[in-house]
Amino acid sequence: MTTDTAETTARAGSRDISYAEAIREALGQAMEADERVFILGEDIGVYGGAFGVTGDLHARFGGERVRDTPISELGIVGAAVGAAVAGMRPVVEIQFSDFTCQAMDQIVNQAAKIHFMLGGELSVPMVLRAPLGSGTGAAAQHSQSLEAWFAHVPGLKVVMPATPADAKGLLLAAIDDPNPVIVLEHKLLYRQKGPVPEGDERVPLGRSVVRREGKDLTIVATGIMVSRALEAADTLAGQGIEATIVDPRTLSPLDAGPILASVSETGRALLVQEAPGHVGFMAEVSARICESDALYRLLAPIRRLCGLDVPIPYAPALETAVVPQVDDIVTAARELVKDP
Amino acid sequence: MQRSFVISSTTTSTPVPDSSSGLDLESSRRALDAMWKIRRFEEAVDDLFGRGLMHGTMHLSIGQEASATGACLSLRRDDQITSTHRGHGHCIAKGASLERMMAELLGKETGYCRGRGGSMHIADTATGNLGANGIVAGGIPIAAGAALAAQMQGLDRVVVSFFGDGATNEGAFHEALNLAAIWRLPVVFVCENNLYGMSFSTDLSMAVPHVADRASAYGMPGVTIDGNDVEAVDAVMREAVARARSGEGPSLIEAETYRWKGHSKSDKNLYRTREEIAGWRERDPIVRFEQTLQQRGTLTEDQLREIRDIATQAVRDAVQAANQAVDAVADDITSSVFAEAAR
Repeated sequence: MTTDTAETTARAGSRDISYAEAIREALGQAMEADERVFILGEDIGVYGGAFGVTGDLHARFGGERVRDTPISELGIVGAAVGAAVAGMRPVVEIQFSDFTCQAMDQIVNQAAKIHFMLGGELSVPMVLRAPLGSGTGAAAQHSQSLEAWFAHVPGLKVVMPATPADAKGLLLAAIDDPNPVIVLEHKLLYRQKGPVPEGDERVPLGRSVVRREGKDLTIVATGIMVSRALEAADTLAGQGIEATIVDPRTLSPLDAGPILASVSETGRALLVQEAPGHVGFMAEVSARICESDALYRLLAPIRRLCGLDVPIPYAPALETAVVPQVDDIVTAARELVKDP
Repeated sequence: MQRSFVISSTTTSTPVPDSSSGLDLESSRRALDAMWKIRRFEEAVDDLFGRGLMHGTMHLSIGQEASATGACLSLRRDDQITSTHRGHGHCIAKGASLERMMAELLGKETGYCRGRGGSMHIADTATGNLGANGIVAGGIPIAAGAALAAQMQGLDRVVVSFFGDGATNEGAFHEALNLAAIWRLPVVFVCENNLYGMSFSTDLSMAVPHVADRASAYGMPGVTIDGNDVEAVDAVMREAVARARSGEGPSLIEAETYRWKGHSKSDKNLYRTREEIAGWRERDPIVRFEQTLQQRGTLTEDQLREIRDIATQAVRDAVQAANQAVDAVADDITSSVFAEAAR
């Protein structure tokens, strides 16, 4: 393991806390350090957030800076854009990332474009956090993975933290950034624990990380698929197959270098995402590999393992059937390595 | 200016009678100067388009000069505005440079947006202009957010959000007004009701007589005024701005006006009659204000002509300077998508 996570663990002052606690810690530290930072969203105050992320922040910082809003996503994001151009550092929580559909004009037509379109006259230092993904039985309107939409819009930065340490460090970096940053948190990760530094170290945006090194294939995974890929890699190792796992962390701007370098070494690429495959983020990763010299090093065709092209269904058996599980990753990796 | 507008009382949409006391000499000059600059600027844009010398599209505000000017007349330089696709007048009224505006429309590097935005996206931070907007109602929540920033920063700055009647049927209008009302934000919502959202008449697009009637749904004052009377607009704005500045919250002002030209270049005016357009041309806000000033003895005919001539020359100079500027360059186009980190 020559990863950032390993380095982080080694740092003094690390302790195991949950992904949700790590986000809360980042928000608290950012608000303590900079009075321009405030958070707004639905039920983030006394309620503590639908997923409990904001927790006690309302008690600590008060209702002015931990601002409960009506159910009004377009208004909330618009208010954040306006506050950002006027000198504040708003962090919006959208209760489910599916609800960003209600606010798309402000995200896509306003926040993403203002800096460029206005000739650099203004910028929008706004963060929008939202939980994505399936696995909670909430069905099709509360379970989507829409990261590719945002990554397709020039002017938005898009982050998908896969570990508690990254959830904290990437959020702190996002709050520092003078541009709109969409932070997509997988709701199944909120309770997952891991080592997180006590300090306010940033994890820079736009930097991929190698989570595990192995000679036989490269698995590129995002969000919840990173931990599933790590679990699959342990199983594969027991069967004599060693996988490298690359976590892009930031989808836009994408740091493709570590992906291309690893694929050039292993000659095999398995690209894993929860979102439906058609026109998804891993299609971009596949294209980057094909457009680089790594193409000549491939020993087998690139393989994508993605969610099925269906809305997320409700029943547990259906819900797990439509997105990649650990066993699916193991199977796909074995098939890919066998491919001569 | 002691006449009390309904703005300070409860919500109503009763049209307010024309102002009678009038602006002082200095404000009158400033108002007339701004209105003529807007008129001449729009005429120059119309001419450049007509001759094929300007690219893209345009939305002219000829006929609406009084609402833009009256709304900005009492604003401080650090007060902010958000504007619309029909926004040239707002920019000029808030103090933007004619030359940089014209340069933007002509696709020049010296334009406000370095040729990246064009007519619908002019912003000027120096004069508090947070930007025009190509999305109907797109600027209204942004104005509420800028007002939230002012409130949180402890500044006594006010934000004015311009939009048309069409925007008041968008969800963004309703969400922004509600947020502004519950948080008592220092913002004034100014609806320039020119009777049509592109071709769709307000008679058909709303089931209430006035846009201002909608204010009651959010618990804020709503007033309908004659938007072609610059003094009436200024007077009601002074009350609304004072109300916002003192922490009493937002107001909705509906300024009834009319655009003489079509919605944009594609408009064949099939949805309105020649008689209607002619009738509104007779209510020319500039001619009307000049007549008032002359009758009142504030300015002589010669002084009025001088103000007009200065505006005409200023626009002529702006066109000339903009034409001579270098065309927008694409060298750093990909690196200007994101802002650079300051810290």
